[in-house]
Amino acid sequence: MALIEITNLDRIYNTSAVPVHAVRDVTCNIEKQEFMAVVGPSGSGKTTLLNIIGGLDKPTSGKVVIDGIDLSTMPQSKLVDYRLGHIGFVFQAYNLIPVFTARENVEFIMLLQGVNKKERENRAIDLLKQVGLSERINSRPAQLSGGEQQRVAVARALASRPAFVLADEPTANLDTESAESLLDLMEELNDKYVMTFIFSTHDARVMRRARRIVSLQDGKIVEDKVVTPEKKQ
Amino acid sequence: MYISLSWRNIWRNKKRTIIVASSVFFAVILAAVMRSAQLGSYSYMIDSSAKLFTGYLQIQGEDYWEKRSLDESIVIDKTTFDKLTKIPYVTHITPRLEAFALISHETTTKVSQVIGIEPILEDKITEVKEKLIKGTYLNNDSRGLLMGSGLAGMLKSDIGDSIVIYGQGYHGQIAAAIVPISGIVKLPFKAMNNAMILLPLPLAQEIFSCEDRITSLPILIDNIHHLEEVEESVNQLLVEGQKSMLWNEMLPDLEQNIEVDNVSGIIMLAILYIVIAFGVFGTVMMMVSERAKEFAILISVGMRRRRLLLILAIETFMVSFVGVVIGILGSMPIIFYLVHNPINLSGEMAELYDQLSIEPILNFSAQPSIFISQALVVLIIAIVTIIYPLLFVRRLDPAKTIRG
Repeated sequence: MALIEITNLDRIYNTSAVPVHAVRDVTCNIEKQEFMAVVGPSGSGKTTLLNIIGGLDKPTSGKVVIDGIDLSTMPQSKLVDYRLGHIGFVFQAYNLIPVFTARENVEFIMLLQGVNKKERENRAIDLLKQVGLSERINSRPAQLSGGEQQRVAVARALASRPAFVLADEPTANLDTESAESLLDLMEELNDKYVMTFIFSTHDARVMRRARRIVSLQDGKIVEDKVVTPEKKQ
Repeated sequence: MYISLSWRNIWRNKKRTIIVASSVFFAVILAAVMRSAQLGSYSYMIDSSAKLFTGYLQIQGEDYWEKRSLDESIVIDKTTFDKLTKIPYVTHITPRLEAFALISHETTTKVSQVIGIEPILEDKITEVKEKLIKGTYLNNDSRGLLMGSGLAGMLKSDIGDSIVIYGQGYHGQIAAAIVPISGIVKLPFKAMNNAMILLPLPLAQEIFSCEDRITSLPILIDNIHHLEEVEESVNQLLVEGQKSMLWNEMLPDLEQNIEVDNVSGIIMLAILYIVIAFGVFGTVMMMVSERAKEFAILISVGMRRRRLLLILAIETFMVSFVGVVIGILGSMPIIFYLVHNPINLSGEMAELYDQLSIEPILNFSAQPSIFISQALVVLIIAIVTIIYPLLFVRRLDPAKTIRG
């Protein structure tokens, strides 16, 4: 059984006079430990697809089954808990809590899960070490570079011990060096911890490193290919 | 961690938080001092009036208040008097015989209020002995009188001069006597000072043929909050033809003035707090609106909306209560200073007080309720203000908000 099974997924927005068909009849399976990029031009439905996989949006029709659980029928209140326990999110603009230190940002997710203080602290420090920020655990986001902030965001995404990580344009705001370094880190986590990563991106740097690329156009999958990632420059 | 997060969040925009907290701070100080002055004045007005005239309550003949006649005088026997003094919360009781008479000295005659008093008991209530400016104070066996300095001036009389008292006694008997002036007192109000003489009660009863009779028995208690309880106990000791009256029945003008002033004071405070409420509301609106994306992220990563709301509620309370706590702490020394150093009024205000026969002093109160009510009002403001974030977070669509 695949980790994520997406079947005949449709998402139509009726907010304007003309309905917008953001995702059309998408069907695909995502296995454990995939390092997959969803690519396509702006408006192709990448973010909508990721939002539906992440339980942030509901499909108009079709279904998303994760580890045997159908998210499309799950009520909102349960979805929040599901996201907290099973999905890690990395956002384009890092979106850390600005008043918290790196450690506290990572800890916060565990606080929401009800993890005790001691364990929270230890795990947060471990995670920050794994992402190469052992020296910056007490720095606030404003004191960190963009690349460092995104590493904290990755540590935060992993804090809940999720089944997979959804990363929406994670390198869009990073310079090449930081982007490559972040991708190295994600690759390492993917290999070492069997962590599944799903990116939405139109960044060539990410596409070069992905092992599977799903291309969307007008909400439809136009190409789904397994690729051999390029060695890093 | 939630509290820590809320605390740090409110300092994300230091200037804004300081401005809101300062507005609450100044409002609390202003409101607390205003309210302290109001409540202090009311309690002073009631207490002074009670001490000067009526007591907090008094026992009278059934129709005395309407007729003001010695024919409505009553007898309070010693047993009843002793029982009255033993009622819990009763601090002082003094019998009085009040009458009106013509007062003459040489060629001048004036109408005067003649009050027979128990000198020692009366002094405990009205501190009249302290108001003596010339001569000697009375005792129960004295055969002299105390005269208001204004009246003495009008009659061109002084210590030792004999005064003719001429009036009507009990059941139409003639009341006439020549009594020497033992002392001159400066009574606090013109109306009293220009028209009042005090006699020992036995002498007054003799002149007005009112043996053992009195017209009123004012009762002082320790605290106005015990009035109802004391009234109940007093009523149980009354016999036919006697009744008790409360200060507000005897001084309806004073009660009305207090009520009107109290309402206008509350309206002023309400306006002040409405302005503050809009300030806090505006800040909370900004705090929430500018962080919409942050909230969306938190909901996305698995934060329940009610937890997010809890954080926002804590932030709102913190912003409000920083100002309240500092405001209360700041207003305490000011109020305690004013309680111990009341303000002597002059000019129009003093005249207004004089018209009410109250010494022109602006007293302050340090009742805990003054401070508690400020905290409660701000608590209510914070509760009302939290409605906006509640609606905002409930309606927030994380996917849409993150997308922008």
